[in-house]
Amino acid sequence: MSIRFDILWNYKDLFIRGIWITLGLTIVGYTCGVLLGLVFGLGKLSKRKWIHYPCKWYIDFFRGTPLLVQIFLIHLAVIPTIFGHSLGFFVSGALALMLNCSAYSAEIFRAGIQSLDKGQMEAARSLGMPHGLAMKEIILPQAFRRMVPPLGNELIALLKDSSLVTVIAATDILYAAKVVAGASFRVWEPYILAAILYLVLTWVCTKLIAYVEKRFSTSYVPSKRPKAFSFSRTISDGR
Amino acid sequence: MIKIEGLVKSYGDLEVLKGIDYEVKEQEVICIIGASGSGKSTFLRCINLLEDITDGAVYIEDVKVNDSATNINEIRTEVGMVFQQFNLFPHMTVLDNITISPIKVRKMSKADAEVLAHELLTKVGLSDKATSYPEQLSGGQMQRVAIARALAMKPKIMLFDEPTSALDPEMVKEVLDVMKQLAHEGMTMVVVTHEMGFAREVADRVVFIDGGYLVEEGTPDEIFNNPKNERTKAFLGKVL
Repeated sequence: MSIRFDILWNYKDLFIRGIWITLGLTIVGYTCGVLLGLVFGLGKLSKRKWIHYPCKWYIDFFRGTPLLVQIFLIHLAVIPTIFGHSLGFFVSGALALMLNCSAYSAEIFRAGIQSLDKGQMEAARSLGMPHGLAMKEIILPQAFRRMVPPLGNELIALLKDSSLVTVIAATDILYAAKVVAGASFRVWEPYILAAILYLVLTWVCTKLIAYVEKRFSTSYVPSKRPKAFSFSRTISDGR
Repeated sequence: MIKIEGLVKSYGDLEVLKGIDYEVKEQEVICIIGASGSGKSTFLRCINLLEDITDGAVYIEDVKVNDSATNINEIRTEVGMVFQQFNLFPHMTVLDNITISPIKVRKMSKADAEVLAHELLTKVGLSDKATSYPEQLSGGQMQRVAIARALAMKPKIMLFDEPTSALDPEMVKEVLDVMKQLAHEGMTMVVVTHEMGFAREVADRVVFIDGGYLVEEGTPDEIFNNPKNERTKAFLGKVL
């Protein structure tokens, strides 16, 4: 058996499209997922039971069920029921990745916030700051630094998990490999190329995360520190 | 100025404060002494509602603090607090630590807040540290910044929760000196402390708390030189 990567050249457009779809799904799913995760993470921290429990149940559900099952549920059941027809693989795929990512990042936010000394919140509250303001100005900017590494892990995990959307015929990298394998009757070349493409993408993400981590390093004494990070909106809770 | 009636605080089945009555008058300096775990810090933290009050009432200038109709954030702007662990905001400069609350809560302009901050830093002897970050400061310097931060809200009352207990011995004096200066300026202060020398010298009244009860209170002279209660005598015998 001879390995012939040159035959893949005929299918380059398929793979290029695959890269864009994989990237698109990951970026949309991750960005929306992290923002939604902040909401659910803060919600789970709420002392009000009617906020705490729905957020907890949501997180438990999306962390406790396979992403593959979530993709099928959303693509074949939820969206057709609401809209009467499919909205295409991209909407279903991005939605599933977003919901899944939000549950994991909610836990990252919750843990990051809870890892801070509670004296920080007490000091802010003792100065008369309402809970939401203290969260935005004091807690989240500090917690965010601790969240960068786990949020980075989540990005890489999500990028790889996005290959699952191939089951609803999303034309991502893995789908391209499958099509080529079927058309050319060759298995080694397309799947190795798919593996290499995912590897390159995760490598880029790793570099990106390392850069962000460096910018928000644990020391607060500024050398090349960017302006303090601030979140524009947070949930307020408590007195 | 502060009135405490039948204050009870429980954590589940554990009753930490077992019904305390006390009144603090304007410009008084009250020092609270007692063994670790006696409830003295909890007592202080109930005054600005950092701890939920289980039973009884706290009034600050005749406003009931533990009332759902009371805006606790408004009360807290009038009651400054200094913590054992300083609790400075590590991601902000000293200047930002001091100005954030006046700007965000009091809606003071940034320029005014910075003028105020520089005044307060001069007062606590740290006028050259405005652009430093907390982790660049010594413990004593951090605690003085924390005092300046609390003063920036122009509070009528200052609460101190063992402000020198986390400090190296050589830094205790610089913090106590700032507190003495505040006391001389007429600030109403409630200080939980193990510094008996400070209590003797600065306090108007000394309160001894033990086992969740207010056991004895009086002038420093009465408490330190002529304690009446056996438990007070036993405690002072150990620490003096």
